[in-house]
Amino acid sequence: MTDAETLFRERAARKVMIFDGGYGTAIQKYGLTEADYRGDLPLEKDQKGNNDLLCLTRPDVVKAIHKAYIDNGADMIETNTFSSTQIAMADYGCEHLVRELNIAAARLAREACDEAEAQDGVKRFVTGSIGPTNKTLSISPQVNDPAFREVDYDTLKTHYREQCDALIEGGVDFILIETCFDTLNAKAAGMAAKEAEAAAGRSVPLMMSFTITDMSGRNLSGHTLAAFWYTLRHLKPITIGANCAFGADKLRPYLAELSKIADTLILAYPNAGLPNELGQYDELPERTAELIRVWTDEGLVNMVGGCCGTTPDHIGAITKALANAKPRQVPEVPVITRLAGLEPMHIAA
Amino acid sequence: MNQASTANFVNIGERTNVTGSAKFKKLIMADDYAAAVEIARQQVENGAQIVDVNMDEGLLDSEAAMEQFLKLITAEPDISRVPVMIDSSKWSVIEAGLKCVSGKPIVNSISMKEGEEAFLDHARKCMAYGAAVVVMAFDETGQADTKDRKIEICERAYTLLTGIGFPPEDIIFDPNIFAVATGIEEHNNYAVDFIEAVKVIRERCPHAHFSGGLSNLSFSFRGNETVRRAMHSVFLYHAIPAGLDMAIVNAGQLDVYDTIDPELRKACEDVILNSDPEAGERLVALAEKFKGTDAVAEKAAAEWRGWPVEKRIEHALVKGIDAHVIEDTEEARLAIAERGGRPIEVIEGPLMDGMNVVGDLFGSGKMFLPQVVKSARVMKQAVAHLFPYIEAEKDENSKGKGKIIMATVKGDVHDIGKNIVGVVMQCNGFEVVDLGVMVPWSDILAAANENDADMIGLSGLITPSLDEMVTVAEEMQKAGMTMPLLIGGATTSKVHTALKIDPAYDGPVVHVLDASRAVGVATALVSDTQKDGFVSQTAGEYEHIRDVRAGKGQSALVSIEDARANAFTIDEALKPHAPKQPGLHVFDDWDLADLANYIDWTPFFRAWELAGNYPAILDDPVVGESARNLFDDAQKMLKQIIDEKWIKASGVAALWPCRREGDDVIIHIEDEKHVRMPFLRQQIAKREGRANMCLADFISHDGDWIGGFAVTAGHGIETHLAQFKARHDDYNDILLKALADRLAEAFAERLHHHVRTELWGYAEGEQLTNEALIKEQYRGIRPAPGYPACPDHSQKPLLFDMLDATHHTGITLTDSFAMWPTAAVSGFYFGHPESEYFGVARIGRDQLEEYAQRRGVDLATAERWLRPNLD
Repeated sequence: MTDAETLFRERAARKVMIFDGGYGTAIQKYGLTEADYRGDLPLEKDQKGNNDLLCLTRPDVVKAIHKAYIDNGADMIETNTFSSTQIAMADYGCEHLVRELNIAAARLAREACDEAEAQDGVKRFVTGSIGPTNKTLSISPQVNDPAFREVDYDTLKTHYREQCDALIEGGVDFILIETCFDTLNAKAAGMAAKEAEAAAGRSVPLMMSFTITDMSGRNLSGHTLAAFWYTLRHLKPITIGANCAFGADKLRPYLAELSKIADTLILAYPNAGLPNELGQYDELPERTAELIRVWTDEGLVNMVGGCCGTTPDHIGAITKALANAKPRQVPEVPVITRLAGLEPMHIAA
Repeated sequence: MNQASTANFVNIGERTNVTGSAKFKKLIMADDYAAAVEIARQQVENGAQIVDVNMDEGLLDSEAAMEQFLKLITAEPDISRVPVMIDSSKWSVIEAGLKCVSGKPIVNSISMKEGEEAFLDHARKCMAYGAAVVVMAFDETGQADTKDRKIEICERAYTLLTGIGFPPEDIIFDPNIFAVATGIEEHNNYAVDFIEAVKVIRERCPHAHFSGGLSNLSFSFRGNETVRRAMHSVFLYHAIPAGLDMAIVNAGQLDVYDTIDPELRKACEDVILNSDPEAGERLVALAEKFKGTDAVAEKAAAEWRGWPVEKRIEHALVKGIDAHVIEDTEEARLAIAERGGRPIEVIEGPLMDGMNVVGDLFGSGKMFLPQVVKSARVMKQAVAHLFPYIEAEKDENSKGKGKIIMATVKGDVHDIGKNIVGVVMQCNGFEVVDLGVMVPWSDILAAANENDADMIGLSGLITPSLDEMVTVAEEMQKAGMTMPLLIGGATTSKVHTALKIDPAYDGPVVHVLDASRAVGVATALVSDTQKDGFVSQTAGEYEHIRDVRAGKGQSALVSIEDARANAFTIDEALKPHAPKQPGLHVFDDWDLADLANYIDWTPFFRAWELAGNYPAILDDPVVGESARNLFDDAQKMLKQIIDEKWIKASGVAALWPCRREGDDVIIHIEDEKHVRMPFLRQQIAKREGRANMCLADFISHDGDWIGGFAVTAGHGIETHLAQFKARHDDYNDILLKALADRLAEAFAERLHHHVRTELWGYAEGEQLTNEALIKEQYRGIRPAPGYPACPDHSQKPLLFDMLDATHHTGITLTDSFAMWPTAAVSGFYFGHPESEYFGVARIGRDQLEEYAQRRGVDLATAERWLRPNLD
């Protein structure tokens, strides 16, 4: 059997691939209660809002959403594990469930994909979602002590490693480190994923996704997208890109810049525009699709999907709009030294 | 060539190193990390492109100190924007550092000192953390001293590293710079060994880089800074061409090779190149002469530091020195606070006194604009320091002389002139609310109301802005405003203001010729006693202008038919041959150093309101000193722009077949794509023997060639401008914009030369000096849309489309067809030897109506575009 990476690269050479959309909005539509969330687990804290926990307590809901994205054209879906590290799960007192959660989530996604493949013979890919956690290695939460950190590199890496090991055990094809607001967190996560891959003894390529937190095009730790790429290029991710932050129109100039310098595939999945006064996303599927079509017309991306506020309808509209879109050509870049502070730096050969 | 202008050389800041800087060590040992962070900041401000951090000190917990310091600089964007070099001889310290650095750093260093196994283990970890690495030329038997040992060790390390997949471009060799002129004969050839080894290793180890610690070299001359600096500069002068591409240096302490005392330079050169066995002794003897010269100069320079604080502030303002202004301002504030005064008194007292001296000197022509802008920088920094204290007091009564809203109007992006006026106004006590560029009239009016402004100042450079200014005046009239409206900018004129803007608005309208007049005008307008007189006098003057224009009528126009009958006829025999390389040519990144040679400096001085031609202006008895200082600053910044590649010069040029059809040129772009480019013809009645010119006249009816181009030298300046703005540094902000403009013009000149000699190739053997280029003593012209020969700015979108210029160069056009970045030039190429520049000037209604048709737009649109040529 051909491995996932080879199949993925072959498909990426033929078409602009489709990624899935948001899970939060989709889960909201089910109107789940505290009882749905906690199931029969003996947990002390309230669990409503702990979306990752549904992989254990309402696997039917999570799997239905996976299937909805697949039915709407997604080539790849991500596991419902954005917050499934001990650090992020501490808020819900669910640290002890981390391994179980990730394995269950990976299996659910795998099942949804394999069932679809059994019907039409087309492979769908599963990527294990790893969020940034709610702690940062670069920023001090204490105003009067700028050298203070809530967490250190080794601790964070250990927790990422636990999540990676479980996702791989559960059967993911890739690992996606997403919404990277802190570049050092991303570096630690990437290192953990590489170590987990080596320990598992099978190839699990990395995907990395930046998130812009202001209109200057930087993430929270202050890096530009180019500096982020240079910082993580040693991990040889199969895709690099950006997600969340804002809508497709505002993301475009940053992707245009990245597209020129990244000698790997690009995945980008924006929000459904900017939230309205009520904090809801109201950009219509056709509008999102139209904006993303502008990216593909300019040859900026290899795979697209949606983040906050996007639904299976958005992914359906994108699939339709990109039916004949040409994938981005991965450029050859010169052999030069690439360094980075908050900004990229080159030393010419 | 001199060393520092060699592009691609990286300065690594060395001061944040406990082994190299006594001051830094003292601060770290005393746990004063805040002050230590400031040293890092100074390094970056002084041009360090990478910051080296070293905490190797026996009495220190080096791992903890490394972590602490790196975490602290992470919180400082001014510092952490550049990459870090984690410097330690202990791997545990390096790894501690790697866990705190969020970009891609350099590890300094690893070596084969402890054998291959440890070396490769460290290299693998560097790969896992994503760091580049400095490899010391050190092996199991010791440090490499001779050329052969350096080569042998580096080559071995390279083979080992690339063998485990280490990216070769992330390898930086440090082949050991050792001290020379030590009196020990074996040391004499160390510099030569280094330079020669680098040459060979560079050949054998592709993509690798070379670095070194410079201070070792001059170790024998400790205490004699002059000699040490000279040695370092001379060494770099020879080592950089050999392949040294980075060095750990104090960026602020390198001399320009050409400016080193020739005797000293020769002596250093002999030592470094080991020309003869006595070279070392000669330098030691000569060094005595230079001992302490630094101290004397420093003492003289520092004398003013002993003066009372008010005098120091005045001195700093007049001389534009910003080094001590914060501490002096703080001292003045504390002194005033001590006697119960308020922070605002620092501004009203010493600072305004100082600025008044500046104002007087400027008013009497003893200071010039560049100096005034420098003074303003000092003033702004002082005010910025005081601002929090003043805010804390919340005092509403401190209204200045008056408040002015300033804006570059919608559709226009040029702001050098406006910024200069703003600075001068601020120096003279006016509060300036600067709305920036591309400001629609609604925002201008709203800001004027919100701020309770005393007047509005509008600026613009391109001709469509004139119309937009009329719109602003009309809207002010509709809104029932009465405050004065000031008009300025290169294309504005007293005549246009009198004829078009003044009648649109009942309030006072005044055209301000240049920055030096702005203060006088504004002062009169806020004065209780002078205002009425000044307003009625100006209104009278404008009325007179209108009367004269109406009475005298304008020079007679001939009909467009008659003008065409009097067209210029070219000699068909002289038609240029077909281009050697027709079609589109993209120049993505033209060498800035090459462009610098093509700069025409005269307009640069004009931008700063210094009148005179370059280079004579530098010796001008009146403005010479000011011009020289400005020119020095410009040269320094230009060097930085080139060395650090602040700007990317992008351009596109194309040569297309074409033919003439009436006053249009039909341009064949590709396949089925043809573009009709209409040109305007002079209609002013000409005397016998003079033609009514049109650019189409220079193109043959029987098939010919035409070119187009667009260039910019504006990409990249924004980040630097933002930094200057953040530091309240208008002087460098304006300087950079003015230099970018000059580089763009130089690019246009250079590219035209390339077209004449290579792409079109009709002037292959052309040999012209820069002076001759500036005087346009070449064959063919490059007129630009919006300028006199083809005054219609709206041709730019056509030209841009033909060139796909936005795609190839990143230049975009505003609604009013201004180019962004502003440092940009676009135009056509005409190759016929008889083609020449001329001004279309005023045209008749008949041509306007016809032109609208040819251009495919309605009459009102054409009228708007050609307004400046209609009356």
